[in-house]
Amino acid sequence: MKKLTGFLGRFILDCATETGKATLMVRSAAFWSFKADIEWHQAFIQAVRVGVDSLPVTALTSFFTGMVLALQAGSTTRNIFNEPIYIGALVGFSLVKELGPVLTAIVVAGRAGSAMAAELGTMCVTEQIDALHTLGTNPSRYLVIPRFIACMLVIPFLTVFADFSGIIGGFMVAVLKLDVPSTTYTNDILTFMEIKDFMHGFVKTFIFAFMIATVCCYKGLSTRGGAEGVGRSTTSAVVISMVLVLILDYFATAVLVSIGI
Amino acid sequence: MIQIRGLKKHFGPKEVLRGVDIDIPDGKTLCIVGGSGTGKSTFIKCIIRLLRPDGGSIMVDGTEMAHEEHEYKLSQIRRSFGYLFQEGALFDSLSVWENVTFGLPYLTEIPRSKYRAIAKEKLALVGMENVEELRPSELSGGMKKRVALARAIAAEPKYMLYDEPTSGLDPIMSDIINDLILDLKRKLGVTGIVITHDMKSAFKIGDTIAMLYQGKFIASGTAEEFAKTDNPYVRQFVEGSSIGPIKMKLRDLD
Repeated sequence: MKKLTGFLGRFILDCATETGKATLMVRSAAFWSFKADIEWHQAFIQAVRVGVDSLPVTALTSFFTGMVLALQAGSTTRNIFNEPIYIGALVGFSLVKELGPVLTAIVVAGRAGSAMAAELGTMCVTEQIDALHTLGTNPSRYLVIPRFIACMLVIPFLTVFADFSGIIGGFMVAVLKLDVPSTTYTNDILTFMEIKDFMHGFVKTFIFAFMIATVCCYKGLSTRGGAEGVGRSTTSAVVISMVLVLILDYFATAVLVSIGI
Repeated sequence: MIQIRGLKKHFGPKEVLRGVDIDIPDGKTLCIVGGSGTGKSTFIKCIIRLLRPDGGSIMVDGTEMAHEEHEYKLSQIRRSFGYLFQEGALFDSLSVWENVTFGLPYLTEIPRSKYRAIAKEKLALVGMENVEELRPSELSGGMKKRVALARAIAAEPKYMLYDEPTSGLDPIMSDIINDLILDLKRKLGVTGIVITHDMKSAFKIGDTIAMLYQGKFIASGTAEEFAKTDNPYVRQFVEGSSIGPIKMKLRDLD
């Protein structure tokens, strides 16, 4: 029992310490974003990496998720109502409000977040971060702010793309396999869904983007101990990001539902 | 002028610097020698505030650096420094010329149109030609070191901190780098702090040589004074002998 409480205490203390340090990094980034010019060129490079590199995986993941949702919805409603109904609405709501933002965030955390943590981690252990300080700039200005901008701009767009990709996947299964008329599928979506349903998912993407940029930059910049340390930072950046996406998703949903979005 | 008083730094329980005192007058070069792990790199990283000292004072042109916490003020003070890293610390994602001119937009008002010419000029100074477009991964260890030196001097800083500038270089190139450090001092009045194990370099470029041992300077003086000293620690280090008080201390620890 004593060991367990000791372990829990250390865990909570470590979490609090890491959160505090990550907050200081965000504060420093906020300070430099007002104090110095934004490195738009770097932000563009990062946006291309986060966006273009993650786009095929995001599209494929959502496309098949949409297909699976349509198939499951079709088979369930056929069992209950003897015909596949409300497929479009089910696929649309599931993707736009939940699966689109969450799947995109998880794919970006795995694909681009790991690359961010590994790159910054390698820069850390090879003194390139120190070199930034000696050359008139600093990691907040040159590395962190561009990555924040890239994530905040690109992840919402990726999510919208994922939403459409999933809805098209669902459309193909509904029309080609379940013999649902195409107009029924699209009418389901247009009739039942409102702009606030889209906003529900869209707002969450900014929360996920901020969190992924914070965790991956912080883990990268706090790397110690050579190649092994880079591996450790990269793994923990991805794992923490993915877990936090799911945890934050619940709390963000609860808040958004309570304020009627 | 850089004035250091009672500089202390520890990592966990290990005390690396135990109250270092030294003055570095403008236009002079201080060479710091000492065994591996004695805190030489820690010392210069404290000066430029890549590390935060635990105690003492670092005055650079009358400005206290040791306990400055404000990021912006620190970045302003660092502008007068150039730093050559032990392993070069070149940016992997940039070409050689982009590395050399990296600091110029932050440290100078030079227009971007002149960057290529500056890169070529600085690279020529360190004996490198036709490498502008290469990536750091395509360079040998010695070439990386020279590109890093070109980058450090590109903005023509007032103070240069060299962390083992000649390690990994052949003797001829080492001498060229030594001449370059002397040239920077003579022509531009650059004040230098050089960390080295290479006693030949230290004797050639150092106006003052100081030996760091167990977190303190145990001897300092001109090259001549250093060469003639009776201090057994210094003698052992200068002669590169395995027999002497430094080795005995290591045996004690073992």
